Amino acid sequence: MTSKLNAANAAAVDAHSREFLVFSLGEEEYAVDILKVQEIRGYENVTRIANAPDFIKGVTNLRGVIVPIVDLRIKFHLDKVEYGGQTVVIVVNVGERIVGIVVDGVSDVMSLTPEQIKPAPEFGVTLSSDYLSGLGSLEDRMLVLVDIEKLLTSEEMALVDHVAE
Amino acid sequence: MDITDFYDTFFEEAEELLGDMERHLLELDLDDPDAEQLNAIFRAAHSIKGGAGTFGFDVLQHTTHLFENILDYTRRGELALRRDIVDTFLETKDMLHDQLDAYRNGDQPDAEAYARICQTLQQMAREEIGVEVDEGAPAPAAQPEPTPAPAAESTPEPVGESGDHLEVALIKVDHKNRELLVEELGQLGEVLSQRSDGERYLVTLDTSASADDIEAVMCFIIDADQVEVRSLPAQQQAAPETLPAAAESTEPAASPAADEPSVPAAAAPKDAPAKAPSSKPKAKAAAGESTSIRVPVDKVDQIINLVGELIITQSMLDQTASELDGVAHGAMVNGMNLLQRNARDLQEAVMSIRMVPMDYVFSRFPRLVRDLTAKLDKDVELVTEGKSTELDKSLTERIIDPLTHLVRNSLDHGIETPDKREAAGKPRTGRLTLSAQHQGGNILIEVIDDGAGLNREKLLTKARDNGLSVSDSMSDDEVWQLIFAPGFSTAQEVSDVSGRGVGMDVVKRNIQGMGGHVEILSRPGEGTTTRIVLPLTLAILDGMSIKVGNEIFILPLGAVLESLQPTEEELYAMAGDDVLLKVRDEYLPVIAVHEVFDVENACTKYTDSIAVIVQGEGRRYALLVDDLIGQQQVVVKNLETNYRKVSGVSAATILGDGSVALILDIADMHRLSRIKKEARHASRLPSGVNAPVPFKEVEPS
Repeated sequence: MTSKLNAANAAAVDAHSREFLVFSLGEEEYAVDILKVQEIRGYENVTRIANAPDFIKGVTNLRGVIVPIVDLRIKFHLDKVEYGGQTVVIVVNVGERIVGIVVDGVSDVMSLTPEQIKPAPEFGVTLSSDYLSGLGSLEDRMLVLVDIEKLLTSEEMALVDHVAE
Repeated sequence: MDITDFYDTFFEEAEELLGDMERHLLELDLDDPDAEQLNAIFRAAHSIKGGAGTFGFDVLQHTTHLFENILDYTRRGELALRRDIVDTFLETKDMLHDQLDAYRNGDQPDAEAYARICQTLQQMAREEIGVEVDEGAPAPAAQPEPTPAPAAESTPEPVGESGDHLEVALIKVDHKNRELLVEELGQLGEVLSQRSDGERYLVTLDTSASADDIEAVMCFIIDADQVEVRSLPAQQQAAPETLPAAAESTEPAASPAADEPSVPAAAAPKDAPAKAPSSKPKAKAAAGESTSIRVPVDKVDQIINLVGELIITQSMLDQTASELDGVAHGAMVNGMNLLQRNARDLQEAVMSIRMVPMDYVFSRFPRLVRDLTAKLDKDVELVTEGKSTELDKSLTERIIDPLTHLVRNSLDHGIETPDKREAAGKPRTGRLTLSAQHQGGNILIEVIDDGAGLNREKLLTKARDNGLSVSDSMSDDEVWQLIFAPGFSTAQEVSDVSGRGVGMDVVKRNIQGMGGHVEILSRPGEGTTTRIVLPLTLAILDGMSIKVGNEIFILPLGAVLESLQPTEEELYAMAGDDVLLKVRDEYLPVIAVHEVFDVENACTKYTDSIAVIVQGEGRRYALLVDDLIGQQQVVVKNLETNYRKVSGVSAATILGDGSVALILDIADMHRLSRIKKEARHASRLPSGVNAPVPFKEVEPS
């Protein structure tokens, strides 16, 4: 299940386009900057952490490194949260940290030109537009481009000890 | 490559040399100084001077130059040592250290302090020896004088007095390094010619630098025996000795130093900051100076981590292999056993890299004791025991401050003045012992003084003044613990030695932060012993794995006192939902892990659980778990690297099956349990009966 993503294989379509890894949460399609993604692996062997928010599933052993696992489906209040063979963990590098995010599936790697990236609307109580880098418009599909670094280091994710605490 | 690349090496080595110098100065027997020690002190000063000259640290160079001249007199027995002279030497050493620090931070050393120390040293030379030493005039190019080598047989090559034209022979140096070295030489002077002669590569150089300096620079890149420097005979020199300015600074005879040794300048010592074993007496070389390497700590840590992974993989394999039929797969089982042994050996060997002897810590105390006793007018002999006891490097660094504090306390408050001691029938000289020894997986460090001991009455009075709740019936041990309370000091006067009352609680906190504890034993009139118990390393922990529900946790074995299965008669309810467990004559609060950590499917019936009696931060309580699995050594992994601090948990580890287990923080569990209970109380109506009644089995809530 674990496969290293080779950023080089999807050669840039043009110099200004950015590449995104597209993943699904329920019926919705989201995408993160591919350069933040370290690897994709299966969901297994997660040790629960007591008294943590419910979307923090716990920690797992990534070749000797203890990595927290966040379930974005719970964080985004999706109705159906199931763990099965298709459930994958995208391991991302944010700042100096490594965090795993649980998603329903990873579909493909997309190249988006600046014209295809629309500004994010001022919406959402659940997902503040602060954590979005825009909306990707691709024919009839809409990708929610998540600024994964901002999201995961935000205070509400409770993943990082904030100085204020 | 730039010469600044070598700065760090110089700083580190100069620091070591200063440390050696101090140690030798302190060990000196004033009446009958050991010639070898005097030589060692001289050599240290000389090496620093050479390095400082090479790198252009003028102030440092001049100070060491003055210092070296005076040391030379002591070495030749022309200056008798006295305590105050040694004091000045020590002061000079401190000044050199300050200067070194300044250069390291990219600053210029304090000019005023420099002027002062120069004056002191010059004055000493005038008064004690009756000569004027080199004033260290602003001649940045001042060269180290050829001085007699500690070992006369070293460096047989004659090094001429005026080193204008030097021939540098590089022996068996590969092409790449050779280019580098020639380039380096080009910075020191003008390269006149270079030619290859079999294994030797000869470079002729027109330079104002001395042979010593050149060797010093070369030694950073190649071994000392790979380079030979000799000055060319006079007739071969293009410009004879009439070079006006350069000759002045390089010609030792022309320098105002009237102290030139009469020994022919045949054998100049290599003043390289680099290791130059050949210039040292053979015995020194045999001591293995060059058999060690410098390695950054994170590299070592990386190896330790990797070995930890290997151990985990090995135990994973072991688990799989244990399910195989031992007869059919005999070779496999044997191989696994071998692998296990090798992996453990490897782990031990790697862990030992991080270990440093306690001497690293203890060696800084002779100076402290010497300075403090002088200041306090006391007479104290310092004894150190178990200097070779090894401890993790990170711990030795953190133990220095607490130990310093304890030593200061013992000197200030513990040991009495000589007169008082005599009156009490004790020898005038007090005795302070620092000892270290291994005890199981721990190290035991003791600070023992034979002073007056703690004063029970004084402590109690002071405690009352501070508003602590104390009673006269407290046991001695409990009274001694009082001095660890914040803001507690019984010193009548605040001195700059101790007595601000911010000390002992910090000492205790620091030691607890290292996973250790501290206790005090004291007897009036006989002295006080402070005992520190520390784990040997923070990277590996002796743990006890426990099971709650389907989850596995690790308890630090050091915190576990005993475990037992509680019976209904031993359990008492208090204030509603608090439960106490009677163990022998003690009632201990019961904390159920499944309640604190909300573990599902856990055993909620207290009498079916196992109570592990634990102790943390002085609190003792019973931790209720489902099952004990076993003892094992675990590699401690930081949770905060990628996550955050989790209350009740100190760190994590990886189990044999590759899953993560949390290591419980015993003291924090107690706090967490209180917070959870309060939260539960807040959300619930107060219950009726709160009287202590015999325990009734609680229904799972």
